[in-house]
Amino acid sequence: MPAAQPAPLTLVQPAADPAPRTIVDIHNLTLTYQAADHPVYALSDVSLSIAKGDFISLIGPSGCGKTTLMRVVADLEQPTSGAVTVNGMTPEQARLKRAYGYVFQAPALYPWRTVERNVTLPLEIMGLAKTERQQRAREQLERVGLSGFERKFPWQLSGGMQQRVSIARALAFDPDLLLMDEPFGALDEITRDHLNLQLTRLWLSTRKTCIFVTHSIAEAVFLSTRIVVMSPRPGRILDVIDCDRELPRERTLDIRESPEFQRIAHRVREGLMEGHSYDD
Amino acid sequence: MSRPTMARPIMAPWPLVMLAAPLLPFATLDGTALYLPQIPAAFALFALTVATILARRLPGSALGEALLLLAGVAAAYAAPLALLHQGYGLAQAGGLWVYLAGATLLLWRVLALLAGVAGPARLAGPALFGLALVMLWEILTRGFQVPAILLPPPSAVLTALSANAADLWDDFRQTVLISVLRGYLIGCGAGFLVAILADRLPFLARGLLPLGNLASAVPVVGIAPIMVMWFGFDWQSKAAVIVVMTVFPMLINTLAGLQSAERIQLDLMRSYGAGYWRTLAMLRLPCALPFLFNGLKINSTLALIGAIVAEFFGTPVVGMGFRISTQVARMNLDVVWATIAVAALTGSLLYGALALAERRVTAWHPSFRKR
Ligand SMILES: Nc1ncnc2c1ncn2[C@@H]1O[C@H](COP(=O)(O)OP(=O)(O)OP(=O)(O)O)[C@@H](O)[C@H]1O
Ligand SMILES: [Mg+2]
Repeated sequence: MPAAQPAPLTLVQPAADPAPRTIVDIHNLTLTYQAADHPVYALSDVSLSIAKGDFISLIGPSGCGKTTLMRVVADLEQPTSGAVTVNGMTPEQARLKRAYGYVFQAPALYPWRTVERNVTLPLEIMGLAKTERQQRAREQLERVGLSGFERKFPWQLSGGMQQRVSIARALAFDPDLLLMDEPFGALDEITRDHLNLQLTRLWLSTRKTCIFVTHSIAEAVFLSTRIVVMSPRPGRILDVIDCDRELPRERTLDIRESPEFQRIAHRVREGLMEGHSYDD
Repeated sequence: MSRPTMARPIMAPWPLVMLAAPLLPFATLDGTALYLPQIPAAFALFALTVATILARRLPGSALGEALLLLAGVAAAYAAPLALLHQGYGLAQAGGLWVYLAGATLLLWRVLALLAGVAGPARLAGPALFGLALVMLWEILTRGFQVPAILLPPPSAVLTALSANAADLWDDFRQTVLISVLRGYLIGCGAGFLVAILADRLPFLARGLLPLGNLASAVPVVGIAPIMVMWFGFDWQSKAAVIVVMTVFPMLINTLAGLQSAERIQLDLMRSYGAGYWRTLAMLRLPCALPFLFNGLKINSTLALIGAIVAEFFGTPVVGMGFRISTQVARMNLDVVWATIAVAALTGSLLYGALALAERRVTAWHPSFRKR
């Protein structure tokens, strides 16, 4: 049991734009799970402000609280202390207004629904007409490269395909805020590159705000306007790296060879290693 | 060979025990033992069976071989019936029994072959198995002249069935179409609704579950007379017994089913701002379906047993339980068996229908995928 916790190192980046609208505001957030034998300090004094149109990547070793942080924003977990607002509302109000789409770490598809009807699930709840639902499902399935799989059942698809269905499902109801928990973790390199490109294009064209969890440094640098490096025990923010100043918003895959890209990636790696050094 | 030989397993040698049949007496007539060559009809049937075994590799497919061997088996099963019909005695006919044993082992191979065949022929396997069982029952009871009081042959049961068809139909209507159906629907429906209620009010679940264990331990013969006193002789008391027996299995299964949705699936619904009822309808009930069917299937047999046993304790002069208790007293065991047959058939059909419905409705469930 930690007698004294290391002083939390929290950075709130000053926003680049003069007056960007804050979508997600996290203020001194602490979350402690009461496990059977000892408390788990999942998040400790985390503050982060996310502006509209931001693409934020959370990166950090396993168990550092990335999922927990997203779940608090999504009102799936209640903070022990601290304040969170989403669109100026409490997370609960935002959830009830369907302000965000959540791509979970596992596909979470319903096995009794076909692929298409899994994608249309949120649309059914929102009460859209059937033709509209099918139209949107077709569009989103095409976006993730799953045209022609509408009538299949989830268990007839590979793990990576299932995860892509869950992405299509989150995109289908067109939320302004996308919370994505390692959506591409189970995909092969080429599909991953393809979907990374698709995602930046989508983000650029729709001006959605994204919070994205990944274990891949390259993916984080490629996609993000800002990268939040986290470290475990207790889960906290080590560093917030601004990519927007050095990299253009519109990116192609070969940007990954550029020196700016390498410099940011290096800084992320340094941050991650610092986080790991607490481990022993 | 024109066709590629499909992987058909080699026949085990056991059916060949029938080759010992000619060495032993095959039947008796007026106290004298007769051997196979002395009874031309039996000899022809025996030769047919042996011929099908010898020719079994000729058909190109497993299905073909199965049909051929089935003809051999049918001949063997027909032999004792034909002999009995002609007045032969079979009690000391060692040769015939060896022949029959060999044929039954041959049927084993037929069933094994059919199990590997695709299409509707697969379903023929279980049917053949049941038919063979009934045939053996007929042959053994008549061959060894088992007293009908102990065990009548199926043919006698069938005769009793048709002779008492009107009575049996009335019994069926009273017991199954009135008592069982109503009790079952009320019991399962109540169990389901109480489960939903208990799901909303957890203290209710905590209070009810121990009570459920208690109720399932109460013997039917104990509650049945009480229910007859409470609700009278007609179907109401039977339905009450069935409700007592079925409500808790349904309750417990439904509760377990409602708990079976995974956390992440629930989180998804929550993230869409879906409320309790929508989550129930779109996620938790579909998840619970396999459990619901489990409860319905268990209860279908419980309900039938409950109604029949309850009728022992008082009923208008009709009903399967009533029929059994009165006909046993009059030593009309064939009518008793006929009633049992009707009850068994009803139970199996009910169960089968539920299983089929389950297969259709929960085809997505891991236990049904493929096939
Ligand atoms: N429901 C829970 N009850 C108790 N402890 C939990 C619970 N959920 C998460 N934790 C703990 O909180 C810490 C942070 O978990 P979290 O899932 O947020 O990590 P993560 O950064 O998403 O990890 P990964 O990269 O492996 O997904 C972990 O130590 C985990 O054990
Ligand atoms: Mg996680």
